[in-house]
Amino acid sequence: MSAAVAPPITRVNPATVRAATDEPLGVKILLVTVSVLFLGLFLVVPLAAVFGEGLRKGLGAYWASVTDPAALAAIKLTLITAGIAVPLNLVFGVAAAWAIAKFNFRGKSVLITLIDLPFAVSPVISGLIYVLLFGMQGWLGPWLQSHGIQIIFAVPGIVLATIFVTFPFVARELIPLMQAQGTDEEYAALTLGASGWQTFWRVTLPNIKWGVLYGVILCNARAMGEFGAVSVVSGHIRGKTNTVPLHVEILYNEYNFVAAFAVASLLTLLALVTLVVKTIVEHRLQLELKESTQTPSGEA
Amino acid sequence: MSLVARKRNVLPGFGPTLGFTLFYLGVIVLLPLSALFLKSAGLGWSQFWKIVTEPRVVASYKLTFGASLIAALINAVFGLMVAWTLVRYRFPGKKVIDALVDLPFALPTAVSGIALTAIYAPNGWIGQYLEPLGIKVAFTPLGITIALIFVGLPFVVRTLQPAIAELEKEHEEAAASLGATRFHAFTRVILPAILPALLTGFAMAFARALGEYGSVVFIAGNMPMKTEITSLLIVTKLEQYDYPGATAIATVMLMASFVLLLTINMLQYWAGHRHQGVA
Repeated sequence: MSAAVAPPITRVNPATVRAATDEPLGVKILLVTVSVLFLGLFLVVPLAAVFGEGLRKGLGAYWASVTDPAALAAIKLTLITAGIAVPLNLVFGVAAAWAIAKFNFRGKSVLITLIDLPFAVSPVISGLIYVLLFGMQGWLGPWLQSHGIQIIFAVPGIVLATIFVTFPFVARELIPLMQAQGTDEEYAALTLGASGWQTFWRVTLPNIKWGVLYGVILCNARAMGEFGAVSVVSGHIRGKTNTVPLHVEILYNEYNFVAAFAVASLLTLLALVTLVVKTIVEHRLQLELKESTQTPSGEA
Repeated sequence: MSLVARKRNVLPGFGPTLGFTLFYLGVIVLLPLSALFLKSAGLGWSQFWKIVTEPRVVASYKLTFGASLIAALINAVFGLMVAWTLVRYRFPGKKVIDALVDLPFALPTAVSGIALTAIYAPNGWIGQYLEPLGIKVAFTPLGITIALIFVGLPFVVRTLQPAIAELEKEHEEAAASLGATRFHAFTRVILPAILPALLTGFAMAFARALGEYGSVVFIAGNMPMKTEITSLLIVTKLEQYDYPGATAIATVMLMASFVLLLTINMLQYWAGHRHQGVA
């Protein structure tokens, strides 16, 4: 890339020579400026707006908004929801990746497509399908009602919709990673007399830990932030079926802007932490993938 | 795939893991989705058609598809620029900017929705300067488009970055040594090579925009026939307990999503195939 590679036949200052595969400096500056301005306008300004509006009436009002009983109830429900949805999708993701990456079977690519399906479904429809299944007019609604079980407009519906929208996160992260890593190390462990579980805990899991973490933080961010799907199944009962994003909506629609943005800033902080952790994990993950592709795998 | 006869796989756990995968997939995804299709099929064709071609519904399709298309196009142009600068150039703050590109993925849609509204409302951060110029953003299709640009942005950048990083400089050098200007090298050598990735990113941004709800409802104004997107119309029908209406419209949108998913898969296959051909 540096001009030092060029043979010193020419007498021009190497620093001023532009490689043939480089753009003129003016074009570079223009492209960088436009890109930075575009991202600033679309990403940084909204970010600043959340905190700016939330703190408009000072720290006291901000603190009062986020410690309001309804806000605390919403935070609690969001934590419960993510606390159920994320572990379930984690177990599923690991199981699915094990079956798909370590074995050969028919219909594998169809299965992978089906696992990705929830990402293609709009959030509103993700909520609607559970209303059609468990709602009063739904298939199982009458039966559920006669047994005193409420799913829609209650916590179970919120959890189900959240599981649906975050369904692929862990699996889609682990499948390519475990496919790249192959099965050699597991074979070695089994040959040396390890049991299946020992092989998984001592060999496979350490190899995929960064991939697991990556999938989990993305899954968690979406689980805590989901709005459309949860909005459809929740029924918006204050203090009962309100997650943090739904609480933000209620406050906003009541023209209680400072409180809405104060609570929204909590979700924004979560998003920023997610981005930081994600960036760090991504780096580790790339190192790991590089290692696993350098060691020849038996799949050749 | 293999020259050696495949030996029997001795790894344990295939049965239980595949069994659990299929069970969980069936209960969480396939069963609820089939509920939608069966409910929709139960409506009968004439009733279904009547619902999905109502003027108010058709107006919402036009708005949703139109705004999504424009947003995806704008993302394709600026996303290409951003991806290019992030891969090829060095400048201060690049790492932070690179990480920030994922913000629309990480930020809950309701938060982006109210933040964008606060910015573009007539008395908002930017809106107050546009108002005297006669430009109304919030509560118009323009505001909807801006929200959709926000949510779709990472798709284009993130699919293009690896494609640009994998470009082989030799091709550009060859173009330059054959007398092509940098502009020609870009349009004739670089652009064709990254076209599959660009189209994939565009299609993903478009698909995401079609179903988007949270970031749009606050800035849209939600006036029937004017600024009412299809997702909102589904919610409105549900809130009025019009389950057949919500189901029929949702089925149309779901079909559109599936067609796009298929297109994206084909584009990715094309991109992958091409890459293998080069390497």
